Amino acid sequence: METKINKNNNFYIPQIEKRNKQSKRFRLYALSAVVLSLSFLAFFLIDIIKAGIPAFTQSSVKIEISIDEETANNPYGILERDMSRLVSRAWLRSFPKEIEAHPEWIGTTQTFWALLNAEADQYLKGTQSKLKENQKSKLDALLQEGLIERKFNATFFFTGDSKIPENAGFYAAIVGSVLTMLVTMSLAVPIGVMTAVYLEEFAPDNKLTQIIEININNLAAIPSILFGLLGLAIFINFFGVPRSSPLAGGMTLALMSLPIIIVSSKAALKSVPASIRQAGYALGLTKWQVTKDHVLPLAFPGVLTGSIIALAQAMGETAPLIIVGMIAFVPDPVTSLTSAATVMPAQIFTWSGMPERAYIEKTAAGIMVLLTVLISLNTIAVLLRKKFEVKW
Amino acid sequence: MINSSAKRRDLIESLIKSVLIFAAFISVLTTFGILFSIIFESVHFFQRESILDFLFGTEWNPDTAFLSGTARGAEDVASAQFGAVPIFAGTFYITFIAMAVAVPIGLFSAIYMSEYASTKVRNIIKPTLEVLAGIPTVVYGFFAAITVAPFLVDLFATFGMEASYRSALGAGVVMGIMIIPIISSLSDDVINSVPHNMRNGALALGMNKAETIKFVVLPSAMPGIIAAVLLGVSRALGETMIVVMAASLRPNLTMNPLEDMTTVTVKIVEALVGDQEFDSSLTLSAFALGLVLFVVTLIINIVSIVTIRRYHKKYKISNL
Repeated sequence: METKINKNNNFYIPQIEKRNKQSKRFRLYALSAVVLSLSFLAFFLIDIIKAGIPAFTQSSVKIEISIDEETANNPYGILERDMSRLVSRAWLRSFPKEIEAHPEWIGTTQTFWALLNAEADQYLKGTQSKLKENQKSKLDALLQEGLIERKFNATFFFTGDSKIPENAGFYAAIVGSVLTMLVTMSLAVPIGVMTAVYLEEFAPDNKLTQIIEININNLAAIPSILFGLLGLAIFINFFGVPRSSPLAGGMTLALMSLPIIIVSSKAALKSVPASIRQAGYALGLTKWQVTKDHVLPLAFPGVLTGSIIALAQAMGETAPLIIVGMIAFVPDPVTSLTSAATVMPAQIFTWSGMPERAYIEKTAAGIMVLLTVLISLNTIAVLLRKKFEVKW
Repeated sequence: MINSSAKRRDLIESLIKSVLIFAAFISVLTTFGILFSIIFESVHFFQRESILDFLFGTEWNPDTAFLSGTARGAEDVASAQFGAVPIFAGTFYITFIAMAVAVPIGLFSAIYMSEYASTKVRNIIKPTLEVLAGIPTVVYGFFAAITVAPFLVDLFATFGMEASYRSALGAGVVMGIMIIPIISSLSDDVINSVPHNMRNGALALGMNKAETIKFVVLPSAMPGIIAAVLLGVSRALGETMIVVMAASLRPNLTMNPLEDMTTVTVKIVEALVGDQEFDSSLTLSAFALGLVLFVVTLIINIVSIVTIRRYHKKYKISNL
């Protein structure tokens, strides 16, 4: 390629060299565009992970408490003043329950690992903190004595939201997401697959069918927030579905996922060769018998993959859920489809608006959990497609 | 005997068919449901407020309670103002910034993937870029608010310029990053479907690779690329979480990208998240804004879908 051009050559045209240089420059632009967008992705992921990692550990302090009848009644008085400024209120609040569970402790002195509050935790993690100087030096001293330890933050995975930052967890949001997705998928998959079957197997090729198809394409591109307006005006105000409930959110998201499921199911049905259908008809089967016993089972992997991708997209959706009220403060995981709930992206949104610094790492950690779920779902979809892919 | 079972079979067949038709109509019903719910509430809104003031007014002051507290003239106190021009302007401005980021990067990425990269490299780059499209927008919003906005403020401070922490630029750039894969993936499909004969013809006439791309491939792929860009525009106009988290609540009619601006979607969220009763003008204004958003995105989407269909007919490709 890189041969030196002899400029005394009779056929040498100086313009060509210029043009070739331009050509190379063009290639460079194209390459740098790819590099730029890939580095956006990399920077973005690193930034989120860097912000989120600290949230997976929390600091605790080792304290000794002599327990008597009095401590059970007044947990806030058991610590010295300067220590009680550092220990989490949530930990102190749950302390009487601990004693109740262990009546044999009364009259003895026990050692506990008490959760530190968010400000102390943030200071120990090296970020800004509103602690006073003497509290900081107290923490430094405790750290020197080895009385402070960073432990895995189980609270994050096993509790719901809280106004006390160190006690706030993602669990209620995860449960809310699961329930909402159950509603979404149990509505969207059957309706979507039935629509695809109708359009691909039964529908005559006329104006009406074309309108339905264009409408589905258009539905996929309508801003998601407008689905929220529909959910609010029709499901909540007209049909009286309770606001903020997984039912309202799930139904709204189901309408949003429909186009994705329809398009992928149609593609899956289309890829089943016509000879299969013809063989069925030759044996005297009806259209529905051919579809249900032969075409649909063969198209199943494609339908499944499309549904999982739709599920992943619905799981990350926030805007329509905010409109139907799913940004409620939910300290306990929901148990019914009609009570107020929150979902993972909505919880991320709520935390990101909190003034306390400790919520920033919680937000990033929530994002990491959400992204992990979404990436695993997409990977599963790809693997399933590979595993069941049939080459006709 | 045979007769009756055949009859039953026919009955089941037609029953099933009507169930399937019903399912197919749910998606149509959804579109009409969105349309009617928005129009219905918008009509309520326009019964209270003037439609001309809404479309052409430049003052957005829905909060009458706040107004009455300030020392204004008596006639101002009573009426809230719903002039949406600053909101539309902010929406288009942020969309414009997003497209200024997404179109060049997305298009050049598509050119690299389809014209220069080997199949192996392309099969890695394309899905990786599509990860960008799969990231929830609330995550982009957090990124814009926590990382990009402070960075921009610091950056412009070194040039002696003052940028807002909720600047249009920050929200627009992050939105642009989100839209890159929409444009790159669709354009890549379109560029790939340009017949190889056309490239070979151009190369045979002595054009080099870049010239072939610029003067032959891109012009023939242009309708498809425009459709891809239009889909990107429609995504940007309707994008909510990024602007809710990184743009401002204040309607601001300005050309300075470093100032804060608001968008239609931010105002919809703001009006519907509060605790006011459902038939206040402020709540209903969300539906009027939604109606405008619906109409604009609908037109853009349909132009885009029809263009792509026509393009694919031209080159006889049937995968869309």
